[in-house]
This record gives sequence, structure tokens and C-alpha cells, in this order.
Amino acid sequence: MSRIYNEEWLGQRLRILRPAPQGWVRAAQELPSARRSLDEIVARAEADLEFRTALIADLEAALQGEGYEPKPQIVGELRRRFS
Amino acid sequence: MLEALTDAELVQRCRAGDSEAWNTLVERFSRYVYAICVKGFRLREEDAEDVFQDVFTRVYTHLDKLRDDAAVRPWIAQLTRRLCLDSIARSSKEQPAPEQDFEESSDDFAEIEDAFAVREAVTTLGEACQEILDRFFAQDQSYRTISAELDLPAGTIASRIARCLRKLREELEGRSEPSRESRE
Repeated sequence: MSRIYNEEWLGQRLRILRPAPQGWVRAAQELPSARRSLDEIVARAEADLEFRTALIADLEAALQGEGYEPKPQIVGELRRRFS
Repeated sequence: MLEALTDAELVQRCRAGDSEAWNTLVERFSRYVYAICVKGFRLREEDAEDVFQDVFTRVYTHLDKLRDDAAVRPWIAQLTRRLCLDSIARSSKEQPAPEQDFEESSDDFAEIEDAFAVREAVTTLGEACQEILDRFFAQDQSYRTISAELDLPAGTIASRIARCLRKLREELEGRSEPSRESRE
């Protein structure tokens, strides 16, 4: 037997895939650029003791001071690595 | 148009570093991941957000390990389920409470899969139908709001929705497999 696609069934299914919050989608879409920034920051921190010390002391201020936008996904990952 | 690419083609482009393809992949699966988190596992919004970001971070970083590019959706589903279960386990440890009881309902997951198939069918109906069905059903917009935002006479919204649902039904009936059982 084939399924009967009546309006009620279709309406229920169409209601299930609601849009995820825009901010979540945007953050996920920014992952590639965030990863690139992250790799660059980590490489710099490994090579530059002064920068690494500044990151440990005040992560967000150190990032801003060097012109990096302190995006949540970058800050979270750096905290895990440097704290 | 990247939206027209198959899942496998999209994955290949993402792997090659195409950021527009990545945006499209996130767009294509964001509602699916969100539905698994909030409908399938009934995660709280803040936990759902963590899982959502974690899923896409892992998809991005492990895309090279995907053996079958066409199987990206089941892979994302499996990843999301595993991270949801981890999140529930963490919450239970931190905050053991009666409301933490969780029962995984296969009906909910079957409905999410159906919903994805329906949404794919909607993409074949043309932009006007996609827009009006999404606004009315997925975004809960009223006839009045749809009328104002799409600049359509309010009196025609219901009939347009009905017409689009008819087209959607025809599309799905054309695709349906004879072996699938009716739920009616």
C-alpha cells in the first residue's frame, strides 16, 4: 500500500523542520573562517611567548589588541587550549 | 546554483574549500539538526545550541573521513544523535532531576525523516510554493503577515496554500515507493 499524503499529514511534516535560530546558522557558516583565524592565532601563540602570555592573561583583550574579532567559537576553543 | 547540487557534490566542494558550498551545506541541514535536537531529544535551547555548533564543527573538521559523500545526511543524523545523548548524559550528571528522564521515541525520528523528504519534494515546486508553505507551516506566519510580506491579496493566501499542497501531494505520490506502508 502506498502512503496517503493528505493535507493534515503534509502540514504536520512541514511544521517539523522549523528554521534554526539565525545566529546559530551564521556561526556554523563562519566556521571555516573561524578555523583559519584559530590556526593562525595558535601558530602565533606557539611562536611568540609575549602573545601567548597576553592570551592567558586576558584572552579577549589580547585578541582585540591584535586585530582578531573575538568570535565565541574562537574564544571557546582558545580557552580550552590555553587555560 | 549550489542549492541544486546533490549532497555528494556539495560535500566534494566543501572538501575543496569552497566556502559558499559550506554555507549551502549548513543551510541544507540546519533545520534537520535542529529538529533532531529539539523534537527528537527535546533538548533545552542552550543545550541544543551547543550540540548544533558541535555537530557542524565536527562535520567541517571530519569531512575528509566521510567514506561515502552521498551518505552525508545519515552521518550528520548519527553524529547529532550521539552528541544529543552525550549532552543528556552530562546534564543528568550535573543536575539529576526527574524531568531529566528521556525516552527516545522512534516515531519522532521517523517523522523527522519524513519531514526531510517532504522538504526535498517542496524544493521541486518552484519558489512561490516553497516560500508560502515555509512561511505558513514552518514559520507559523499568519495569512495577514504572508500577505503583507509577499505583497499578495490576503484573500488568496489560503487558496495558494491549498494549491501548493496539492502540487506537493502529486509530487510525493509520484515518488512514493509501493513498499512503504500507509500510516493513515
